[in-house]
Amino acid sequence: MAAPLPTPDPMLPRRYRVTRAKGEIAGTATVELAPIDGAPMTFSPGQFNMLYAFGVGEIPVSISGDPARPGQLTHTTRDVGLVSKAIVGLKEGDMLGIRGPFGSAWPIEAAAGRHALFIAGGLGLAPLRPAIYHVLNNRADYAGLTLVYGARSPDELLYAEEISTWKSRLDTEVEVTVDHARPGWTGRVGVVTTALPHALAGTDPATIEAFICGPEIMMRFTLQALEAAGVSSDHCWVSMERNMKCALGFCGHCQFGGDFICKDGPVFRHDTVAARLGLKEL
Amino acid sequence: MTRAPLHLPDPTLLLAALLAEGIRVIGPAPVQGAIAYEPLDRPEDLPKGLSDSQSPGHYRLAETAPGRWFDYVVGPQSWKKWLFPARQKLWSAERTADGFELGQPDEPWPRTAFFGVRPCEIAAMEIQDRVFDNGSFTDPGYARRRAGTLIVSVNCARAAETCFCASTATGPRAEAGYDLALTELATGTGLLLEIGSDEGARIAATLALAPATPAQIAEAKATSAATARAQTRAMPEAIAGTLKANPEHPQWEDVAARCLGCANCTLACPTCFCTDVEDVTDLSGDHAERWRSWDSCFSIDFTYVHGGAVRRSGKSRYRQWMTHKLSAWHDQFGSSGCTGCGRCIAWCPVGIDIVAEAHALSAPDPSLPAPAPHEEA
Repeated sequence: MAAPLPTPDPMLPRRYRVTRAKGEIAGTATVELAPIDGAPMTFSPGQFNMLYAFGVGEIPVSISGDPARPGQLTHTTRDVGLVSKAIVGLKEGDMLGIRGPFGSAWPIEAAAGRHALFIAGGLGLAPLRPAIYHVLNNRADYAGLTLVYGARSPDELLYAEEISTWKSRLDTEVEVTVDHARPGWTGRVGVVTTALPHALAGTDPATIEAFICGPEIMMRFTLQALEAAGVSSDHCWVSMERNMKCALGFCGHCQFGGDFICKDGPVFRHDTVAARLGLKEL
Repeated sequence: MTRAPLHLPDPTLLLAALLAEGIRVIGPAPVQGAIAYEPLDRPEDLPKGLSDSQSPGHYRLAETAPGRWFDYVVGPQSWKKWLFPARQKLWSAERTADGFELGQPDEPWPRTAFFGVRPCEIAAMEIQDRVFDNGSFTDPGYARRRAGTLIVSVNCARAAETCFCASTATGPRAEAGYDLALTELATGTGLLLEIGSDEGARIAATLALAPATPAQIAEAKATSAATARAQTRAMPEAIAGTLKANPEHPQWEDVAARCLGCANCTLACPTCFCTDVEDVTDLSGDHAERWRSWDSCFSIDFTYVHGGAVRRSGKSRYRQWMTHKLSAWHDQFGSSGCTGCGRCIAWCPVGIDIVAEAHALSAPDPSLPAPAPHEEA
């Protein structure tokens, strides 16, 4: 009898090589990766990976590429700590350890037939981008596609060129807003919620499936605005962020009431977390 | 093989039989004035004539009748020290010309018996089994250690003042989860040996013991019942719902004013499982390792995300620990995370008593309007 296959250790990373590295806004970079051995990683929009920089450490980073192109595993990272600094500094040919994909996904396929509304704040656009790609790839399956994107300033707008491409499509509505303008900015100024009424005008709120990702305070106010606009809370989805060490439900750091953000989230239907979002320091 | 209870004149006979088979036996040992769980190399290493005195913020080993084997109850350590080590190397990595290579350490786990496991500790292991095999992921090291360990349990013939396992239905007698179970009978009259598995039956058969008499079986049952009755603390039955419904109860501020945030309770707790990871390199920078170590939700760094910690106040951290243990645990793992062992009470340096806090939190929040009196229809 053949020996049983050893149980794969979910704590051991797989090695990937950077096939492309691209600078984004200040302190932020996108890398594309391919596994050293084995098949490319398939994933669902909204899932994340644990990225390990040799000798430095490991952090959770959402997958920001096209789920239809798993051979091009894509991560966008901002330099906010030691590990993310090392990841932002990666060059083509460098090696990275990856565990994943982890977590729940935006239920984007289940939203077929509905008007997909994406609301992103700052880097929150990165975890939404795979779902946006899915809708763009299958546009005829959706009643509508709207992106409302807010950033602190025009210099903080992620994927700006790509957003212009989306905006130029006749079948896509894009509203971009910044908290603080600078000379030369001709677009909208104000927090994301101020752009919502215009973005929602003419759309039946009952047809909307909303996908929201950004700082927690931005999500809280956006959800209030959506509720006021008549979008039901069981058609709103949010992606949560907490400290994570393992992504497996073992380390306990990401607990949010009874849920582990790493495996029960990060994507939650709003009505299942609404009460908890209102509690301070949960 | 027969599963009928047997009469064991002396527990060191069983310890000797296990050692004779080459099994590593880990059991109770007095270390620095407390019962710890350490390898027992010889049958005579099993302590005798020891008891303990425990109350909030207090633990002392004490002497008991010289013929008694198991009158002490649980000490500051639990078996998680062995199954879920406090510090563990997960893997190492070596720099290569074009990147790095990963390797995992060999973790030898000789055939092992835990000797003297209390019913609340069996419950704790079963709770951690569900943590480390959570339906999505399995910790292979934990699973290997657990599967390679025999459980020789001891039903408690005495309760400490801090014990409340009768109210959490996790003791003082184990109905399952052991290979062999001991209950100490009247001083000098030996122990009842119950068999819980085929492997337990096989080992018991090597001892050629007499069957237990009906009187001995009845005495063991009566002993467990008396131990349950002797417990003075009881966890409120509805505590899971109470805590979920009262995240802003003023008692959280009250307990936070006493709590030092020292994390003793989480370290002593046999089910607390939170960990941190540490990535280290040697001076050359060519050799890296990842280590996992016990962490505590009482540490402020525990919830750090860029921008700061989520749980900054002591109140929020105490609330997280207790609400998780007694309430959210049901949502996550289908049971409470508390086994009524009382360790967090005895080892709290300021004597915070989780049972007393649970009762205080069960009282109506005085800041809320009193419920309207019931009106006649």
